[in-house]
Amino acid sequence: MTASEQDFLNNPLGTKTTLEDVLDAFEFLDDWEERYAYIIDLGKQLPAFPDDGRIEENYVHGCQSQVWLIHHFDEASGKLYLLIDSDAMIVRGLAAIILVALNGKAPRELLTTDIDELFEQLDLFRHISPTRGNGLRAMVSKIRDIAATEAA
Amino acid sequence: MTDLSVANTANQPALDVEAIRRDFPILSQQVNGKPLVYLDNGASAQKPVAVLDAMDRYYREMHSNVHRGAHTLGDRATSAFEGARETVRGFLNAASTREIIWTRGTTEAINLVANGLAPRLQSGDEILVTQMEHHANIVPWQMVAERTGAKVIPIPVTPAGELELDSFHSLLNERTKVLAVAHVSNVLGTVNPIAALINEAKKRGIITLVDGAQAVPHYQPDVQALDCDFYAFSSHKMFGPTGIGVLYGKSHLLEEMPPYQGGGEMIERVSFERTTWNTLPYKFEAGTPAIAEAVGLGAAIDYLGSLDRKAMEAAESALLIRANDLVESVPGMEIIGTATDKVPVISFKIAGLHPSDIGTLLDQQGIAIRTGHHCAMPLMDFYGVPGTARASFAFYNTLNEVEQLFTALQKIQRLFA
Ligand SMILES: Cc1ncc(COP(=O)(O)O)c(C=O)c1O
Repeated sequence: MTASEQDFLNNPLGTKTTLEDVLDAFEFLDDWEERYAYIIDLGKQLPAFPDDGRIEENYVHGCQSQVWLIHHFDEASGKLYLLIDSDAMIVRGLAAIILVALNGKAPRELLTTDIDELFEQLDLFRHISPTRGNGLRAMVSKIRDIAATEAA
Repeated sequence: MTDLSVANTANQPALDVEAIRRDFPILSQQVNGKPLVYLDNGASAQKPVAVLDAMDRYYREMHSNVHRGAHTLGDRATSAFEGARETVRGFLNAASTREIIWTRGTTEAINLVANGLAPRLQSGDEILVTQMEHHANIVPWQMVAERTGAKVIPIPVTPAGELELDSFHSLLNERTKVLAVAHVSNVLGTVNPIAALINEAKKRGIITLVDGAQAVPHYQPDVQALDCDFYAFSSHKMFGPTGIGVLYGKSHLLEEMPPYQGGGEMIERVSFERTTWNTLPYKFEAGTPAIAEAVGLGAAIDYLGSLDRKAMEAAESALLIRANDLVESVPGMEIIGTATDKVPVISFKIAGLHPSDIGTLLDQQGIAIRTGHHCAMPLMDFYGVPGTARASFAFYNTLNEVEQLFTALQKIQRLFA
């Protein structure tokens, strides 16, 4: 399977599911169980990932699990669309949060988004081990590299 | 087991785990708002007060460089340091302290041996390892193989996680020069029949190295009875400090091997015309050693010696039995490594869950385990998994902690349901 332009545009994360939705939901989560149940649910919204996208070039190094990331730059709207895949459920959920914040934005706008601040707002880093934090940062920095290339 | 030994086990006083836990201050803390349940002992074990105190006392009362100063502190430091070497000699029942080399750990010990044996190796020679080795007992051999043209060949394992002994026998041939094998597998917990393997190898003049990193937290090896040429282990896995480990080697081989690193301490005389090496064990100990750490390791060995070994082994096997009994309480859970002779370690997978998800959600419940490939990628390939979750127990763990692990796993499963 190869991803079509439509597959990128149909990704609900960052389009249908917005950052506000996630921030609102997080307010009502009391303990780790609710928090992680929600993160796992978000991960289920990641659209299907194309088989031919799982190649070294798209691999995100630095994660404990396997993570792949592909992108499509929509010339018409000037926006950058992303798809992420992972074999671990919690990583999928965290990837979904990243996409909610960064997917479907103009590259320049993306580059001004402070993702660390978002994770602090969600109180996520405190609950995430440094090794996992590194994986998150690896995903974000790969996305920023792509945005920087497209913005240039 | 004979009836007699069963009776002995039954009569034996049980280990007082609560008293032992008080010796390990780090265990009585909260993590993520829950009492810490530390089940990552295979990666590194915790330290008893006896070790902390010995190192503290060393720095407060004796510190100086060793083998040098013409002063009292230098003498004190040297005698504490060499005293620790004697403690290690006694622990392993080595013939002489000349055969006890301080290293940074198992990894450095194996690198030292691989490097030292290079002059003996020729193109086409074979170095036999096993499919279940830690990378520390694979990569140094691959590096020396690269240099010499030798080949590294793995002994296969069975699905249960035991060595295929028939294959071992058929792999032995006149080109086999080295057998390097783990005493205990860090992933599977399998206790390998090293006495038999060494015996076979010896008949053919093959040099033997045992990676004892995962064995010494549970057993006391006797290197003379085993008759291995080398035995390597790390202090930090056996309740001692990090940064130090031991290489035991038979003196005739250590004499023959070239030094590993050059510098101070390892020389007898240096001149620009000719430099000569110090005697054993110093020939392999270039630079200022990890003195406080050596003292700490000595204290860890003394601490273990103060415990009832039989009671400790019985308590550990009770932990493993309880864990195995509880496996069926978690649907889809499967143990990887079901050898008959095992230390209390369970590597497992749970259908539908990634090991890293298991690790994260156990941590939320205060339970520390390890997830990933455990530096044993060839073994992961054999089992066709990207990694496993591994709970590794020590004698200070309780049956209640084993139960908490399984309750927590059930909770995780509900979260994904
Ligand atoms: C079987 C085995 N060998 C070697 C090592 C390496 O030990 P160290 O990192 O202390 O050198 C380990 C540690 O994980 C191990 O489990």
